[in-house]
Amino acid sequence: MTPNPYLWILPILPLAGAAINGFFGRQSSKKAITTVALIFSGAAFAMALFLAAGFSAASAPYYYDLAHWIRSGSFQVDFSFYLDQLSLVMLLVVTGVGFLIHIYSVGYMADDDGYYRFMSYLNLFMFFMLTLVLAKNYLVMFIGWEGVGLASYLLIGFWFTKDSAASAGKKAFIVNRIGDFGFLIALFLMINHFGSLDFTRVFDAVRLLPVETAGAGTLTAIGLLLMVGAAGKSAQIPLYVWLPDAMEGPTPVSALIHAATMVTAGVYMVARSSAIFDRAPMALTVVAIIGTLTALFAATIGIAQTDIKKVLAYSTVSQLGYMFMACGVGAFSAGIFHLMTHAFFKGLLFLAAGSVIHGVGGEQDMRKMGGLRTYMPWTFATMGVATLAIAGIPPLAGFWSKDEILWQAYNSSWVYWLIGVITAFITSFYMFRLMYMTFGGEYRGAAVQAAHGHDDHAHGDYHGEPHESPWVMLGPLVVLAILSVVGGFVGYGNRFEHFLAPVFQGASAVAPESSPETAKSTLEYLLMAVSISVAGLGWFLAYLLYSRRPQLPASIAASLGSLYTAVLHKYYIDELYAALFVKPLIEGSTTILWHGIDQDVIDATVNNSAAAAREISDNARHMQSGNLRSYAAWVAAGGAIVIAYMVWMGVR
Amino acid sequence: MVPLSYYLVLSGILFACGVIGFLIKRNIITIFMSIELMLNGVNLSFVAFAAQWYSLSGHVFVFFVMVVAAAEAAVGLAIIIAVYRTRETLNVDQVNLLKL
Repeated sequence: MTPNPYLWILPILPLAGAAINGFFGRQSSKKAITTVALIFSGAAFAMALFLAAGFSAASAPYYYDLAHWIRSGSFQVDFSFYLDQLSLVMLLVVTGVGFLIHIYSVGYMADDDGYYRFMSYLNLFMFFMLTLVLAKNYLVMFIGWEGVGLASYLLIGFWFTKDSAASAGKKAFIVNRIGDFGFLIALFLMINHFGSLDFTRVFDAVRLLPVETAGAGTLTAIGLLLMVGAAGKSAQIPLYVWLPDAMEGPTPVSALIHAATMVTAGVYMVARSSAIFDRAPMALTVVAIIGTLTALFAATIGIAQTDIKKVLAYSTVSQLGYMFMACGVGAFSAGIFHLMTHAFFKGLLFLAAGSVIHGVGGEQDMRKMGGLRTYMPWTFATMGVATLAIAGIPPLAGFWSKDEILWQAYNSSWVYWLIGVITAFITSFYMFRLMYMTFGGEYRGAAVQAAHGHDDHAHGDYHGEPHESPWVMLGPLVVLAILSVVGGFVGYGNRFEHFLAPVFQGASAVAPESSPETAKSTLEYLLMAVSISVAGLGWFLAYLLYSRRPQLPASIAASLGSLYTAVLHKYYIDELYAALFVKPLIEGSTTILWHGIDQDVIDATVNNSAAAAREISDNARHMQSGNLRSYAAWVAAGGAIVIAYMVWMGVR
Repeated sequence: MVPLSYYLVLSGILFACGVIGFLIKRNIITIFMSIELMLNGVNLSFVAFAAQWYSLSGHVFVFFVMVVAAAEAAVGLAIIIAVYRTRETLNVDQVNLLKL
């Protein structure tokens, strides 16, 4: 490992931007706020590029110990940073996509009163995300982990005067706490068993241990608890419920935090802990199963959603499931590859959706859109590219990463592959459905919407007719569209995998990753053909239902009856959680904790002791009559008692 | 020689008179005089003991008590005059502004 004394500057840059805008933004001009926010996020991106330029698969990781933190006997935790091939990929995604979304936000949030607040939060998010990615031990990672949760909370509830946004923020925060609880216990187990939280030291210790094939063991427990944390942050079953609600936040936030970067932190964490999972095959299987189920489950919900952002939200959950499936079958580099390409095309999809919402004056319901391709051709073109990418149409980015995952999944078990392919079909279907409903056909929205019904994006310059967004918003779209096209080629010929190989060198023990090139050719091309054809099938079906015969979906929905209703209501999972967890908690807190303990025990003790003191004093105050002779009488009586006592003692 | 007990009984009677006067009289001057009576009852027992045991300290105590009583008389009478000027009464039952 090579020390690099400049490593710590990278996360500090956006923090400085956040501090400047946060403290002085209220008084600053909009131009000054924009400059500060863009300079500091751009500088972080430039520095990341600079670091990447000198980095190859053979490079030794950089590290830097900034300061001591916890020193307790042999247990040490320092503020130290670490950059290897895996962190580098995350670093480029976070700073690159993050910088683009900063630029986009300049246009999207231009008319918002909280502009300085928004920019400050975005920078703050980047600081925490970089801390998470660059951490050298689990505790510093945990700081970043909690910090991005905070930034996510602040940004989901950005329009906090709106009740639904405020409660969506709280929901995200609380659901994440459940996951963090598992993460924390995993950290405690590590301290207990390895006496360290440093990545290198923990993994070195883990590699000396045997593989826990017989099922449960310490490493399996750590792995499962880490997965609980990852499921919270990365919105996997059963903790995914916060992510769709998080769409209450401004659209750039959805793109940056809830699609491209923060939600992938769980995948990053699992990949980072690959040494642990490598020794705990059962935990790895659980990761694969959760990922696979989530991918399918969320995709089916996505079919019936009518809110453009909700479709994308469920799509994100589903794609994250793909990444976990990849990690679960031991193909960590494939998971990270998909993470990267997903950041490009899903970030683009969200930004394009934001552009659409901006263009039609805050409307999010796709049933009130349609025909927008003539009004906003650039948005249509870029979003089309992203849709092709996510559907897995070659040669766009999504095809390469998704195909890699499906191939690795097939090597592990055909069940994963089958579900993956079905998910790919559904993904293709709902994405093209979104495209046809939004851009195809005729414009269905009211020509003049004086009052914004579903007003997510309150902006003043609505002209009554859909319009294309300004160039400051379209620029990032175009850049991301280019990346969505070419981003997949970094994985060509397994170059991406080789680049990450030093990080995952231990992981090949479980995954049959190093299959010889010759054996894979025929079968892999066959599987590739299958996945391309299901993507095409999904496209065709969407075209048939939403472009050729627009009246057909309603009748299909009617014939499906209760199944359709269940999907439309997201399988009633929110209602189930409300009945199972939320209601008992509220009831129990109200009757036992509030009325029972707080009012009847704690308050009663305080109130009753005060009442008793008052009662006694009330009786005793009659002694103080104010009459001089009664005081004299008390003195005389006291003297008499003393004398009587002394006489009695003397006589005795 | 008069036995010690006679002095002590007289001293007790004087003191009791003082206490009773202090408790039952309403005129503040009378109360004040009752206090002097109590002090002198005590003084009597001091000198009686001093004579009995041929000890000078009892006499010294009496002088101290007389000095303090004189000082007290000066201050107390001044207070009484001040009270009379403001309240125009010497009845302690009517001097009860501190009463609840």
